[in-house]
Amino acid sequence: MAKMTYIKAITDALDIMLEDDPKTLIFGEDVGKNGGVFRTTQGLQEKYGEDRVFDTPLAESGILGLATGLGVKGFRPIPEIQFMGFSFEAMDQIVGQEARMRFRFNGKQTSPVTIRTPYGGGTHTAEMHADNLENYFASTPGLRVVMPSNPYDAKGLLISSIENNDPVLFMENLKLYRSMKDDIPEGKYTVPLDKANVVQEGTDITIVAYGAEVNEAKKAAETLAKDGVSAEVIDLRTVSPIDTETIFKSIEKTHKVVIVQEAQKMAGVGATVASAIAEDAILSLDAPIGRVAAPNSVYPFAQAEDYWIPGADEIVEKANEILNY
Amino acid sequence: MANKSVVDFEAIKKDLANLPKPIQILDENSKVVDQAAFDSFSDDDLVEFMKKMVWERALHEQTMNFSRQGRMGFYAPTEGEEASEMGTVLAMKKQDYLLPAYRDLPQLIQHGATVTEAYLWSRGHVVGNEYNANAMMPQIIIGAAFDEAAGVGLGIKKNKEEDTIAFTYTGDGGTSQGDSYEGMNFAGAFQTPTLFIVQNNGFAISTPRHKQTAAPSLAQKAVAAGIPSVQVDGMDILACYTVAKAARDYIVAGNGPVMIETLTYRYGAHSSAGDDPSRYRTEEDVKPWHEKDPLIRLRKVLEDKGLWSDEQEDKLVEEYKNSFKDAIKEADAVAKDKVSDMLKRTFEIPTPELRKEIEKFEAKESKE
Repeated sequence: MAKMTYIKAITDALDIMLEDDPKTLIFGEDVGKNGGVFRTTQGLQEKYGEDRVFDTPLAESGILGLATGLGVKGFRPIPEIQFMGFSFEAMDQIVGQEARMRFRFNGKQTSPVTIRTPYGGGTHTAEMHADNLENYFASTPGLRVVMPSNPYDAKGLLISSIENNDPVLFMENLKLYRSMKDDIPEGKYTVPLDKANVVQEGTDITIVAYGAEVNEAKKAAETLAKDGVSAEVIDLRTVSPIDTETIFKSIEKTHKVVIVQEAQKMAGVGATVASAIAEDAILSLDAPIGRVAAPNSVYPFAQAEDYWIPGADEIVEKANEILNY
Repeated sequence: MANKSVVDFEAIKKDLANLPKPIQILDENSKVVDQAAFDSFSDDDLVEFMKKMVWERALHEQTMNFSRQGRMGFYAPTEGEEASEMGTVLAMKKQDYLLPAYRDLPQLIQHGATVTEAYLWSRGHVVGNEYNANAMMPQIIIGAAFDEAAGVGLGIKKNKEEDTIAFTYTGDGGTSQGDSYEGMNFAGAFQTPTLFIVQNNGFAISTPRHKQTAAPSLAQKAVAAGIPSVQVDGMDILACYTVAKAARDYIVAGNGPVMIETLTYRYGAHSSAGDDPSRYRTEEDVKPWHEKDPLIRLRKVLEDKGLWSDEQEDKLVEEYKNSFKDAIKEADAVAKDKVSDMLKRTFEIPTPELRKEIEKFEAKESKE
């Protein structure tokens, strides 16, 4: 056991998988000598050589096209998109190509690619650096979208993602990179994909969240506890596909739910959770479904970010509204 | 005020248009213009080239017949491009990895897919992609294969696979997509064993080549990526083969990627699904290209040598067309793709939600 930040836990997972599987490759902009702009890949080129960890030209579609091609040649590529806003440049390679490989070839050729990319607000970056873009990708059949909320999960989920034989978009939260530390077991361990985690049990209301909002949900639960409300907090971990079973089981007990996301409200993960509940578990509820999300605007410039991103206060407010319905 | 003594952009621009002559071995009158290159082929080689072009033309004609009968799905006609397609693909070896575009079914078949599989691909059946060949399925996003061909090339290099390259095709329109540049640039940066082939057939659906770019040649587009490139007469199979073979030898020797632009022409429509070329070009535009026809050009040489006759060709065409009729019967016999099977191949292990959908469709399908 060692105390590790979110970012160190990711580096540790990458180190383990480079050691474990000679077919893994890490590449992207500045990931080699520089160790990535956030130092996520620091020391890996030194340890494994330029053949396994290498810099690429600055072109996201090129990076992911390279990954597709390496995948069919038997490699297990772990490309990095330096900031998630840059993934628009690679939309075809992710959605049009990699996600469809298994489907196209009936499994005879696949795309075991894990795309790592930092996202998320609160660090006052330049435009196109912080956007929560999971909603664009979560609607892509054949692609998994994984969003760890803490260092322990980040390591275990990344190892699971790399070992998975289908493409995974692994979203790393910028704000959590250095703001969180966990006890991280040494060596290899996995956290299962496609399974939500009950972070804390409760009986009065269920708060479903993912990514950095899990911390906000936990803070909200603490505040609610002071008023004698017992909140259950669920961390989705994988946002596509969504583990509805864990959510349904929880609301059967609490009869109330608030769904939280950092991204804009429209057509996304929270909406999908809400519709799944409405479709298959509505009778478990005795109050309307509550949602907390960012407003449907363009992602704000840095100055307005802190007000725009939903926090614990909004979750408490929404939970009280539902509780007092 | 512009100062011409410091920089003369007009002169630089003019210089860009100062292109070397496209490589040619047989000119459009079937005259040998490069005797040494011509002499490197035996009579058997020449007959083999002719057979391949006759095969491709017969494939086209028969497939268009099937299409008119409503027995095909998406099909992109290939008539006129036989020298470019067969000449380049014949320089490849089985172990090479092919990334074709949608007009490249003939090369995919040459590289190991069956005609039945090609027909199934056209009909939108997954069995059409389960061929026993080192190949991607025909790419629809015309620039995307260039990115992937850099990746396959890098994979071949990292695996230290001997005497193996990646080769990929796009068209004149494909060179306008940013991906085609990214792919070439990556291949250049990593010095991958990749051969990029641009079949310039004059049109991207209706948009003529001159509206596609101000670049005097498409071959020049490789220059910016540090990749040697060349234009070749795409109606001369001997030139197409010779250049592709030379490119492959150069790449296999560890010299990095090459790009070839073949100057060819699509006689017919963009696709069998309703494109009408009379909307964007006249018979007069097409006529000069028929005069350059790759089959006529080589046929004359063979006839002069007493190696070819009309009877022989008619017999071959009949034989080929019969084989295509057998192929489509085989395709007809393949059971329709089921929705439940499609759902099963979305992920390696279906998600719980997909499992529910699979059960639903299986129940429906069992009643059909």
